[in-house]
Amino acid sequence: MASVLRLGVWLISFIVAAGSVAAKPFIPADDAQVLERLPEKTNPSLAELKRLRSTLAKNPHDLALAAKLARRAIEAARETGDPRFFGQAQAALAPWWNSPEPPPAALLLRATLKQSTHDFAGALADLDKLIAARPGDGQALLTRATVLTVQGRYAEARADCTRIARRAVPLVSAACEAAPASLSGDAEQAYRSLIDALARAPGVDAGLREWALTLAGEIAQRRGDAASAEAHFREALALDPRDPYLLATYADFLLDRNRAADVVPLIKDATKNDNLLLRLALAAQRLPQMRAAFETYRADLAARFDAARRRGDSLHQREEARFTLAIVGDAGAALKLARENWKAQKEPADLRILLEAAVAANDTATLKQASEWAAANRLQDASLLPLMGKRS
Amino acid sequence: MKRLVALVLFCIAAVAWAHKPSDSYLTLERNDAAIRGQWDIALRDLDNALGLDANGDGEITWGEVRARHADIIAYALARLEVAAGGTACPLRVDEQLIDQHSDGAYAVLKLAGVCPQPGPALAVGYRLFFDLDPMHRGLLQYVEAGHNHSVIFSAEASAQTLGTGTAWDQLAAYVHEGVWHIWLGFDHILFLLSLLLPAVLLRRGGSWQPAASFRAAFIDVAKIVTAFTIAHSITLSLAALGLVALPSRWIESAIALSVVLAAINNVFPVVSHGRWLAAFGFGLIHGFGFASALKDLGLPTGSLALSLFGFNVGVELGQLAIVCAFLPLAFALRATWAYRRVVLAGGSVLIAAIAGVWLVERAFDLRLITG
Repeated sequence: MASVLRLGVWLISFIVAAGSVAAKPFIPADDAQVLERLPEKTNPSLAELKRLRSTLAKNPHDLALAAKLARRAIEAARETGDPRFFGQAQAALAPWWNSPEPPPAALLLRATLKQSTHDFAGALADLDKLIAARPGDGQALLTRATVLTVQGRYAEARADCTRIARRAVPLVSAACEAAPASLSGDAEQAYRSLIDALARAPGVDAGLREWALTLAGEIAQRRGDAASAEAHFREALALDPRDPYLLATYADFLLDRNRAADVVPLIKDATKNDNLLLRLALAAQRLPQMRAAFETYRADLAARFDAARRRGDSLHQREEARFTLAIVGDAGAALKLARENWKAQKEPADLRILLEAAVAANDTATLKQASEWAAANRLQDASLLPLMGKRS
Repeated sequence: MKRLVALVLFCIAAVAWAHKPSDSYLTLERNDAAIRGQWDIALRDLDNALGLDANGDGEITWGEVRARHADIIAYALARLEVAAGGTACPLRVDEQLIDQHSDGAYAVLKLAGVCPQPGPALAVGYRLFFDLDPMHRGLLQYVEAGHNHSVIFSAEASAQTLGTGTAWDQLAAYVHEGVWHIWLGFDHILFLLSLLLPAVLLRRGGSWQPAASFRAAFIDVAKIVTAFTIAHSITLSLAALGLVALPSRWIESAIALSVVLAAINNVFPVVSHGRWLAAFGFGLIHGFGFASALKDLGLPTGSLALSLFGFNVGVELGQLAIVCAFLPLAFALRATWAYRRVVLAGGSVLIAAIAGVWLVERAFDLRLITG
């Protein structure tokens, strides 16, 4: 009963917010009216980023300071999902951004930022250069393993993880290996090693533990072990209840289990984050009491995808394909987006939306292609099996 | 710390770009000389650049924005340049409002301005926030003659030239500019006249004789005009597409010299039968001159080839009009003493004198008699 009441209260607040979205330009009546809440309001550590930027502005060629700022900004982007911080990181690296031979610190950060705009080729070129100069650079190897995994190049990713095994904390190397290994036929062994490493490192940094637990939850989920997956996600959430990646992953897990009502309280305040807003919309779609809120979410998402298209971005194709398929209901358009997205990245979620769209659009050729890719990589993912089973 | 950084970098792939990135929304509408527009800029981005949050409480109030209106205008207008016909169209902000977009509150600047120089295209330079956030984009909606163009400004593409209306309007506008350019460009007309004056005559045994038939005169004229056209079309295209660039002082001086030489050749003939060759050679130089005029007009990014073609066609039409006016008249007068002595000899001396002054002015960057 209490939860229904709570639902009602913020439902009203959404209807109020929705009314202001379509408003015309206006002159506020009152000087005290709050127009915008800055992210540092809820995350005071971002104020430090502002201070760093004004210090760097006085001496823009100070590499140590620029690298510190860029790292802090990338961290802020990770925490908030807000690409403005990636832009600030790039601005800090401006003196080295177009340089053919930047110093190693700038090169690593530049590769990370290129990856954030899906310039995977550019990121790999920078990382190759960095690793050629410093073969033992653990961070560079780890970053390259991540980019390679996103691209579905698992063997190369695993080779990089093997190279850092001697240099990194055991949990880092176990997680590095577990991500590509679990997607290329060794899910069970990868999962065991990761759980072992987690058990043997109880005092490890909370952020690292949270991330390893999220990964463990994802692997358990793909293996069809929902109970373990949920336990890992919950333990991770206890360590960082606001990590947008974890929230999106857990929300997807709940949506797959028809637990839409559990999704809502988890992410109801994260409407500025497109990925989380999509999950919220998918949950609201299934809850009759949230009809009005659903319409608002749908309109907001459509506006944001439209805005992204207007600026020429193709960074949201996975989410847009999902939105187009599940909410707009246009299988043909969703398939087009999912195929474009598949060219750039090959994570299980990318394969899943490709398969779902292909099934809905009745495109047997794409279905066959995607299923063959999964078979060739020995990808184990319980959620994909029913989709691939529909192959005719 | 090192471990933490590794973690951050490791996780990044999964979380990128979940928010709406930084964009501003610019609308510009041109109506003859008048420009009106609206520019929506996120308060978050303005705070980032100017520090709107005066009391540092993480909230931006209307009072805080209002107190900084002048700074916002100065900051924004210093990063937007609009020009037509090679001359800036200064913009002002008439009103500042607030609007809610899907990702937060935006300052709304109502823009107005006047373009002192007409022109078929509008050159827009946009530099807002690129230094603070290279991933920022400026999304322009440009309206002219009821037609809409969408343009995206980025750090890599911060200057763009916008055309008018439909492709057909665009073509017509550049044909018009081409015609006027040749009519108002006295150096081109004088060069052409210098080559055409003797076309109705024949050089025989050291003296000028009237051409026997209109057909012969017409063929001579056609050869000269065609050679000049082909030559200047080649260099106009090469220069307009940025494939060849020569210093404009050098080009302008060479054009003046070409006029001097063509005119003197009529008084002291060196070349008489192969004037079309001279037309071709010097036409290459005149083409660079046309290109610099076209550069001032601006070539719209979206319809560059079409506009270039239109301008070239305009130049040819303008030239053809001059020939059509000249040839019958000159042919009719060709046998008279006045034509040979006053028009050909006197006219050529006068042309050579004017062009000589241009040559000195342009080569030494002086102002003698002309503007």
